[in-house]
Amino acid sequence: MSAEAGMPGAEMAGAGGLGRFARRFAEDRVALFGLVLLLVIAGLALIAPFIAPQNPYDLARVDIMDSRQPPGARAGDGFTMWLGSDGVGRDLVSGILYGLRISLAVGLVSGLIAAAIGMTLGLVAAYAGGRTETLIMRLVDLQLSLPSVLVALILVALLGKGIDKIILALVIVQWAYYARTVRGSALVERRKEYVEAARSLGLSHARTVFRHILPNCLAPVIVIATVQTAHAISLEATLSFLGVGLPQTEPSLGVLIANGFQYMLSGKYWISFFPGIALLVTIVAINLVGDRLRDVLNPRLER
Amino acid sequence: MIAFIIRRVGQALAVILVMTVLVFFGTHVIGDPVWMMVPGDATQEQVEQVRREFGFDQPAHRQFLAFLRDIAQGDFGRSYVHGGPAFALILERMPATLELAFAALLMAVVLGIPLGLYAGLNPEAAPARAIMAGSILGFSLPTFWVGLMLIMLFSVMLGWLPATGRGPTVSVFGIETSMLSLEGWRHLLLPALNLALLKVSLVIRLTRSGAREAALQDYVKFARAKGLSRRRIVGVHILKNILIPIVTVLGLEFGSLVAFSVVTETIFAWPGMGKLLLEAIQRLDRPLIVAYVMVVVMLFVTINLIVDILYSALDPRVRLTGDTA
Repeated sequence: MSAEAGMPGAEMAGAGGLGRFARRFAEDRVALFGLVLLLVIAGLALIAPFIAPQNPYDLARVDIMDSRQPPGARAGDGFTMWLGSDGVGRDLVSGILYGLRISLAVGLVSGLIAAAIGMTLGLVAAYAGGRTETLIMRLVDLQLSLPSVLVALILVALLGKGIDKIILALVIVQWAYYARTVRGSALVERRKEYVEAARSLGLSHARTVFRHILPNCLAPVIVIATVQTAHAISLEATLSFLGVGLPQTEPSLGVLIANGFQYMLSGKYWISFFPGIALLVTIVAINLVGDRLRDVLNPRLER
Repeated sequence: MIAFIIRRVGQALAVILVMTVLVFFGTHVIGDPVWMMVPGDATQEQVEQVRREFGFDQPAHRQFLAFLRDIAQGDFGRSYVHGGPAFALILERMPATLELAFAALLMAVVLGIPLGLYAGLNPEAAPARAIMAGSILGFSLPTFWVGLMLIMLFSVMLGWLPATGRGPTVSVFGIETSMLSLEGWRHLLLPALNLALLKVSLVIRLTRSGAREAALQDYVKFARAKGLSRRRIVGVHILKNILIPIVTVLGLEFGSLVAFSVVTETIFAWPGMGKLLLEAIQRLDRPLIVAYVMVVVMLFVTINLIVDILYSALDPRVRLTGDTA
């Protein structure tokens, strides 16, 4: 959603079309660097099976004799393990590439579902008003008053392990941010004349809300979406590290870092270090882009 | 003022009640608590007996009332793993967590306010830009990974600081604290720094934007016209005025520090209630999980209540718009 649906919102904020929006974004070199970095990371994750020296899921390719090798060591198969290997002999470069896939997928999927639910509830709250609005917004307040790490931890404890449960927990801790943001914009939009015009034309409530009000509320949602995706990726890694997130069969970056924890006190730093760097670079790249989007899409800073 | 306090206390109680319902729903309706209490090979009769004994055969609203009554009396049941009453176990571990969170808050303020002031007063200077870039890094860093790296660097490679545990404590007025001995601080330093990193960026950003606004105010121009030294203008006039929002936000953030200490305590083997919670989750020790959640919810609600009331005492405008806030 953030990519395709972002464009109409961007146009609204930039008022001069996509090109102007892109130029304004690119004025900040650091943010541009963040965007390029993010695209490279996403690209690497996408083509991981074709570029990784080893398939870490394929037990036939993983050799226990290669375990805990330092960076630069040669694997039994002959390729160089530039970042070393983990406790069961998986090459860390391959592990990180595959781990990025899982981490990014979990972050994006949970973000999309949370955005869909949160935006719908936020729009309904703003458009319907009255009791419905009070109920939804009380729920939002309650959700936002509790720290997400705690809520996610308790939910996973009750639901159990697994990728679907993690996504559910991440959706529950994220939806309220979208709902609050969209409601704020929609409250302003619904008083505008084009909404009245749409209603006078006899359009249904649903069409008015989703085809006319929603596109005009997207700019702040894009900013929230970047921050929340970074947050979700970090939270999934945290839960997986604590052993209540993804199972060993779905080795996200958090699982890789957790696996290295036990070897760290004996000085084998690389097993936890490199997956952590990959996680950090991903999150920083997303936050750099988000920080710039906040400036570019903020109508108060409009020139 | 009194009407405002009564209304806020009423809201706080409502939040606690809603949370109680949610916790009850999560533990009694989604999962069947009986299966947590009987051995895996129990016969149907044994299961039914446990069900009757603990009242799980009663209708849901009856069970809920019983649950409420027990909680009101501070009875959260007995921990399956530790055997003792769950509530007492949590309370016993609470001081260690509060100490860690407090030390982290202290560090966030000590590091964040000077950096934020500098960045706010010299926004174009190169170090200020570095500070702001650093603050993006600060809230991007995954806490748990930074904890690992701190242990790696200071404990394993340099060997300066201990990696785990709380160290010796000194009893002051019945409260055990490790803040009064050097050895205690050596143990506290790394976990507190780890936990503080989350909030340093926040304090830097708050202080910076506050300082930038305050520097343009008339009272600062007036102070400068009076010929006061820069040190006095910044240290007294500006700082005093930007402290209120910072203190408010930090008060609210204290709760999130307590929550995040689950991660830090696990990494540094700090014997607080967060580590207890994680152990309870891994062993599905439900009474302990329920007790932890209720204790933390009450802690949160109390902090929010105190901050709100203090804030309305400091700024009467809040009371008039209390409903929309």
